[in-house]
Amino acid sequence: MSAFFDMGGYAAFVWPTWGVSFAALAGLILHAVLERRAARAALRRLEDDEA
Amino acid sequence: MLSYFSNPQRFDQLARTLIPIFGALAAILLGVGVYLSFFGSPPDYQQGETIRIMYVHVPAAYMAMALYAALAVASFVYFVWRHALADTAAEVIAPIGAVFTVLALFTGSLWGKPMWGTWWEWDARMTSVLVLLLVYLGYMALRAALEDAQQAARTGAILAMAGIINLVIVKFSVDWWSSLHQPASVIRFDGPTIHSSQLWPLAIMAVGYTFLAGWLILYRLRSQALRRRARTLQRKREQAARAREEAVS
Repeated sequence: MSAFFDMGGYAAFVWPTWGVSFAALAGLILHAVLERRAARAALRRLEDDEA
Repeated sequence: MLSYFSNPQRFDQLARTLIPIFGALAAILLGVGVYLSFFGSPPDYQQGETIRIMYVHVPAAYMAMALYAALAVASFVYFVWRHALADTAAEVIAPIGAVFTVLALFTGSLWGKPMWGTWWEWDARMTSVLVLLLVYLGYMALRAALEDAQQAARTGAILAMAGIINLVIVKFSVDWWSSLHQPASVIRFDGPTIHSSQLWPLAIMAVGYTFLAGWLILYRLRSQALRRRARTLQRKREQAARAREEAVS
């Protein structure tokens, strides 16, 4: 198991690569979801005012 | 087909169908891809375990270029046919492409240090990818700086189309100049030159990245449609208020 995490001595390069890639993709998804929520909330506010 | 889907309702319906499909495919492919990248593929005979950097570096670099091509095509469609949807697509694609470009540079640097002995080299491939990032950022800054939406769309489209030159340089930089970076080993006329045990995880990750990017673009396009509806409603309301005021006076 520790051999796996050691990555043949290249742990300092392999894990940050994957960690940052994962974080960036997760960030893109999160941003898209928050953007949708904000857009929906803004539209709902306007429509509620209308009624 | 283009004019068929330029109808907003029809496009919305298509996007609604595709979003869950793209999302599910991305999740499955990336799940399988991560597993294969670590457990289903051997260390490289020369590069050892650092080969596992390739499975996220190459897909990120490929997305950086593919999304730029998509940005340029959307810009062209907007420029020629003035489809609002194409312009929104361009606007939505740019920041996603920029993130993948940052990932390509960052992961490349982390691969370069142990294998080449340097984090960075001003050679043709790396420099042209850095320029690609600057073009993405310039495009976003230009759009943000121009007040008039139509002017922002039109000027942005011209910049995006001009940037195609750099994309060509990125692609062929490894053939035209001698570089630390290795030449193409997957997309080439005589077929891939890497072993199938490495090609499979790489291909699955790349297709997973593609579906994720597709999901992001469609999902954000639908959010932009909501925002457009809110803007129209707001404008109508302001017009009505003005009309009332004028009636009173």
